[in-house]
Amino acid sequence: MKITFPHMGTAYIPFRALIAGLGHEAITAPPCTQRTLNLGTRHAPESACLPLKINIGNYLEAAEQGAEAIIMAGGVGPCRFGFYAYVQQEILRDIGCGLEMIILEPPASGWRPLLARLKYLTQGVNAAQISRALRLTWAKLVACDRLEQLSLDIRAYELYKGSTTRALQEAHRQVDRADSVAGVRRAVQEGTAKLQSVPQDRQRPVLTMGVVGEIYTILEPFVNFRLEEQLGEMGVVVRRRLWLSDWILHHLILSSFRKQREAQLFRWAKPYLQHFVGGHGLESVAHSIQLAHGGVDGIVHILPFTCMPEIVAQSILPLVSRDYQLPILTMVVDEHTGIAGVRTRLEAFVDLLASRRAEANSHSRGRKSLAPAATYSS
Amino acid sequence: MANVKEAHGLHEFYLGIDVGSVSTNLVVLTGAGEVYHKEYLRTKGRPIPAVQAGLAAIQRELPDIRIKGVGATGSGRRLAAAVAGADIVKNEITAHAAAAVCFRPDVQTVIEIGGQDSKIIILREGIVTDFAMNTVCAAGTGSFLDQQAARLGIPIADFGEIALQAKNPVRIAGRCTVFAESDMIHKQQMGHGIPDILAGLCAAMVRNYLNNVGKGKDIRPTVLFQGGVAANRGMCKAFEDELGCPVVVPPAFDVMGAVGAALLARRHVKERGQGTSFRGFGISQAQYTTGSFECSLCANHCEIVNISMDGKPIARWGSRCGRWEQAEDAADGQGGRRASPVSAL
Repeated sequence: MKITFPHMGTAYIPFRALIAGLGHEAITAPPCTQRTLNLGTRHAPESACLPLKINIGNYLEAAEQGAEAIIMAGGVGPCRFGFYAYVQQEILRDIGCGLEMIILEPPASGWRPLLARLKYLTQGVNAAQISRALRLTWAKLVACDRLEQLSLDIRAYELYKGSTTRALQEAHRQVDRADSVAGVRRAVQEGTAKLQSVPQDRQRPVLTMGVVGEIYTILEPFVNFRLEEQLGEMGVVVRRRLWLSDWILHHLILSSFRKQREAQLFRWAKPYLQHFVGGHGLESVAHSIQLAHGGVDGIVHILPFTCMPEIVAQSILPLVSRDYQLPILTMVVDEHTGIAGVRTRLEAFVDLLASRRAEANSHSRGRKSLAPAATYSS
Repeated sequence: MANVKEAHGLHEFYLGIDVGSVSTNLVVLTGAGEVYHKEYLRTKGRPIPAVQAGLAAIQRELPDIRIKGVGATGSGRRLAAAVAGADIVKNEITAHAAAAVCFRPDVQTVIEIGGQDSKIIILREGIVTDFAMNTVCAAGTGSFLDQQAARLGIPIADFGEIALQAKNPVRIAGRCTVFAESDMIHKQQMGHGIPDILAGLCAAMVRNYLNNVGKGKDIRPTVLFQGGVAANRGMCKAFEDELGCPVVVPPAFDVMGAVGAALLARRHVKERGQGTSFRGFGISQAQYTTGSFECSLCANHCEIVNISMDGKPIARWGSRCGRWEQAEDAADGQGGRRASPVSAL
């Protein structure tokens, strides 16, 4: 079967390894572009959030390349994402696109549907092959995350604009080409070396900024206007705690790990939020506090327009900002967001943090006192 | 003019260029940070000719000044910087804040309403601590006031004074420009007077601004009101009524972005101790051409913009990978090197 999947940053690298490993042909949609978005917004309900629209665009572009089926994650809980696979299935049917939708989701009641779908996907391959495919996928997933994490530090110090991004892309390509766990390990080693050999000025003073928010808008550079690259190129080290490997663990794999991780999130968020609010709303609050303790200069909170879990977080973050004296910039994105507005806000936010830092430095040399942080009157 | 020139010394002038959606403003600042000359032009969708016209006007007025540094800001800042050869390119928020602090060091809130956007900047002890820009629509910006004044046949310059004559301002729905307009027409048909309607419109726009842009912001005096809309006395009064404190309109309110850009240029040039990269007033005669093409070297299909001066490419941007920008950076000998944000400030 020719199977495709929605884009989400570099997720296509592990996803297509998995599909190929299960004996199917993986069809990777072209990277998200304005055309993808146009296709999606034409067919999606206007009030749905941005990920749904881009997903639809991905499917239609993959169908042009001969895809026959889609693997899409579902979900349970208050975030609308859990329902998107079904909505998308209906939309595709309405527009007469014959793509078959295979929905993988944690069971809300009973394991049977999930097992049936897994069985359908794995027919014709034996247990050893499945195990090998899963191990390779996981290795690639972690490899992509690790390399990207390294790039977030190096980019702020790079001497030549774009050199870190090019090294990272090359490293990701090597991970993509690897066909064994050992090959992935080699790709990570070589990619790490390549990133570390990017010419840098480590003496340069840099800012540190945390990124929190809804996972799709964090991971997909097309919808966040290459947020992390832009910040890095302005001399900002980016820290984030939400990674694709986390999302897979959280969403699709059920283990004690999940319980443990949730308990930890609740502990961090406790003074501000005591409930699961769906999506990554709880993470946004908990991670902001963790990042504040880790000493970042500021935080960017990014979410798609109308994202319910993140709206909850958005209304709580001003309190975190006040209590931790930490400026937080919220960015809402959708198909109407223009790059100019995003750029202006990011530049102004970097200036804000830089002048706070300069002021704090002069204060530590015994001059003026530090101005209070962003104070909100909510 | 002559003795003013002597008083300020002729050798040190800084140029600020603010290319906005509606107006293009140029300011010549003395070394002491005072506005020496200003040009306020309509952009009319053609930013490069507007910058050129502004430079030509300055050259006519002040034929022998020497510019020590140039700053560019506004939504067309990169274009303006490429055309004029700016030493520093800064976003509007930082530029407006710099100008506000220079005018009133005790400023804590800046309200800025321009042609198509509006922003709020919160400062404490001269440092920006928070800011916001309008996200949803242009309700409450200059273009809408322009449009309504034109519809009522009132010169925009008289709008504010007429609004101040209101006895009983009417309440107008201010959520969006279309609803505001239909509500205004409704009030007109009901027989309310023009001054009451205009005052009601000002109040609606101020409410809209405070509920959207100013939402959750700690607005404290001293409040400065900047941007073209600050010329409207009706809007000033509506802000004062709503905030319960005086609202100060700086004399250079309509060109504060350009003033800020010039101030930032002055600091930048002094700190770096290098000459300016200003291309000179002669560029008002140069031929600029802009064009774009879709790069097909990878799947991203970026739209690359190319700016040429007298047939020679001077700037290029738009590519994700930086390939095209790099070619240009290498050409001016910088090889794409860049400075840190902390040292740049």
